[in-house]
Amino acid sequence: MRELKVLAILVFFTGILYWGVEPYAHSQMHKHVEPADFTFSDIKDVRDGKVGNVAAGKSLIVDQFQCQSCHSMTVDGKKIGASMNLGVVTPDLTTAGLIYNEKFLAAFIANPAKASHVAHKMVDGKTHPMTSFDLNYDGTFGDDDAQGVADIVAFLKSIAPKEITNKEAFSAACQRCHGAKYGDFRFDGTKSSMSAKTPDASILKYMGTIPPDLSQMIRSRGHEYLEEFINEPAKHLEGTAMPRVGLNQEAQEQVVAYLEEIGDSSKDKRAELGPKFLGYLVIFALFAWLWKAKIWRHIH
Amino acid sequence: MALINESFFSAEGLEKRLAGKKFWKVMMTEYWIPKDINFLWAMGVVLATTFSILIVSGIFLLMYYKPDTALAFDSVNYTIMQEVSYGWLFRHMHGVAASVVFLIIYIHMFTGIYYGSYKKGREMIWISGMLLFVTFSAEGFSGYMLPWGQMSYWAAAVITNLFAGGSLEAWGLVEWIRGGFTVGDATLTRFFMLHVFLIPLVIIGVIVLHFYTLRIPHVNNQTSEDIDYDAEAEKYLAGNKKESKVIPFWPVFLSKDFAVLGIFFIFYFYLVFFNYDFAMDPVNFDPANSMKTPTHIYPEWYFLWSYETLRGPFFDMLGMKAGDIGLMIFALAQVIFVVFPFLDRDPDVLPAHKRPRFFIWFWIMILDLLVLSVYGKLPPLGANSLVGFVATGLFLLLWVSLPFITKADAKARGAL
Repeated sequence: MRELKVLAILVFFTGILYWGVEPYAHSQMHKHVEPADFTFSDIKDVRDGKVGNVAAGKSLIVDQFQCQSCHSMTVDGKKIGASMNLGVVTPDLTTAGLIYNEKFLAAFIANPAKASHVAHKMVDGKTHPMTSFDLNYDGTFGDDDAQGVADIVAFLKSIAPKEITNKEAFSAACQRCHGAKYGDFRFDGTKSSMSAKTPDASILKYMGTIPPDLSQMIRSRGHEYLEEFINEPAKHLEGTAMPRVGLNQEAQEQVVAYLEEIGDSSKDKRAELGPKFLGYLVIFALFAWLWKAKIWRHIH
Repeated sequence: MALINESFFSAEGLEKRLAGKKFWKVMMTEYWIPKDINFLWAMGVVLATTFSILIVSGIFLLMYYKPDTALAFDSVNYTIMQEVSYGWLFRHMHGVAASVVFLIIYIHMFTGIYYGSYKKGREMIWISGMLLFVTFSAEGFSGYMLPWGQMSYWAAAVITNLFAGGSLEAWGLVEWIRGGFTVGDATLTRFFMLHVFLIPLVIIGVIVLHFYTLRIPHVNNQTSEDIDYDAEAEKYLAGNKKESKVIPFWPVFLSKDFAVLGIFFIFYFYLVFFNYDFAMDPVNFDPANSMKTPTHIYPEWYFLWSYETLRGPFFDMLGMKAGDIGLMIFALAQVIFVVFPFLDRDPDVLPAHKRPRFFIWFWIMILDLLVLSVYGKLPPLGANSLVGFVATGLFLLLWVSLPFITKADAKARGAL
């Protein structure tokens, strides 16, 4: 039948056009990278088999001020230490044991610039604001340091809450540098509680750029890109100022979920309304064809 | 004028004054359409419907959109997409319809070309139709700027730049269009005006003109047969509906259109709900940033073929700069379809499969436009540039050859 032949030709050419300008063109424009690696297999476990001791970790942090001179955290319901602006606002460590991959966290404490892949930025006298872990100041990472790192990680895991909200995960992992203004949108221009914690001027000086607001990243980048990018930013943006954050899979999923909650809040409504809409249209099309058949019966 | 005595406040009096029944006859029940048509003849009504969807969804968006570079992005992506009830639906409908309307325009256009529905009395239909294509293009381009995302900004920068005319360096004209040295707030507000007022007004006017040019010569049919409409209409009205070669616009023609519309709606709303990235580019969900050029700048898919003719000539030749040659071909590509009726030298109206050489020309043109569209999106590197160059050359060659090919067909048929 001629109509079907015409339709087949139409569908064929429209399909080729769609394939060419969408999936094919995008496959040519965007780099293919390995999927996110939540085992952080490229990182060596600096603890070197040492078993962490919670009490020893607590002693290092609370009594010897190994971390709390620059970091705040809540221990036994009490907030200790203080966050400060060292170019970028230092993170509160309460949730560190929950959101970071353990191996990454250990490697980060041992050598922050190396673990977070920003060593290339630490040139011309610039140093990472957090010093490498070195208990006896001998300039090397020895056995005592490995044990110390293991103890601190064990302690941080012990104080971390069992679960946090998506917003808390985002706040802990991203908000020191990135705002997400749609999380608390202010029409009147007052400061949103979801703007970046570090002031623009310091972060510009520290990073060389103002990190983008993340409100629409779920629409502009999509799930796949975000998953690969957050896990290892350099995969997609070589030489980026953004450090590798080292989130474990659960925390990263929570961050992406938060971005979806604030950036694509109508997703559920779309998914709910879509099938109903199409269902109605199928019925409409059916009746339209029946009506057409009824009228054309007298014509042919 | 015959004085009317019936009361103004009676149905009869109103009928006498407005002649609604006569109008209905002329526009509907005795507006004759050939019976020998396929579903491609429904594209006009599909287009009118899609345009209505654009107007209605546009009106709803207009209630919340703020044409200000500081507010536009958030008014679209926060207020409309997340705060307003069903705001997301209207935006998706508007964005997807703006894309789909071009798919249907192209189908409508190439149906006309295939069946020779642009000549021998139908030239005005063709020309007014091409005017609609140009005005819809302007409408699409101006609308794309409004969300003030990265693609909005950079597409505006690139396209307004073209008005400098390459080596002509008519920067004064570019500034006049932009309302400033660079694309900025003044550019956004004036394109907002164009998008929601001036261009839609012109489009509606040209649609009326398009319908008017269509009403008297009647539409073509599948075999391009020259129908004696008076005789065939008489048969139909006398009850010989099966014998008559014509059908009335209402209800017979429109019943088929509605059936086609039913299928079209399923396709369109599937895209609205489940597959909209092709019409709402993810890159445009990054706010406009004049300091950060996106890695790839490309127009919406329906401008890609002409965009590629702009990029096609990538090296200087004939003593001219590559950019200037590209610009000339691009300018030509925008208007060349308008003169189609005058480049076709075949005196007969026939479908392409009855014109063997033109038939080949037609499908090569379709393939060439497809290649241009795909390569218009790909980064112009290495072999891609070469493909673009060849496809652009072929595009020009096709137009140059059109008068000769159509004449050769006519000669072979003995019509010349």
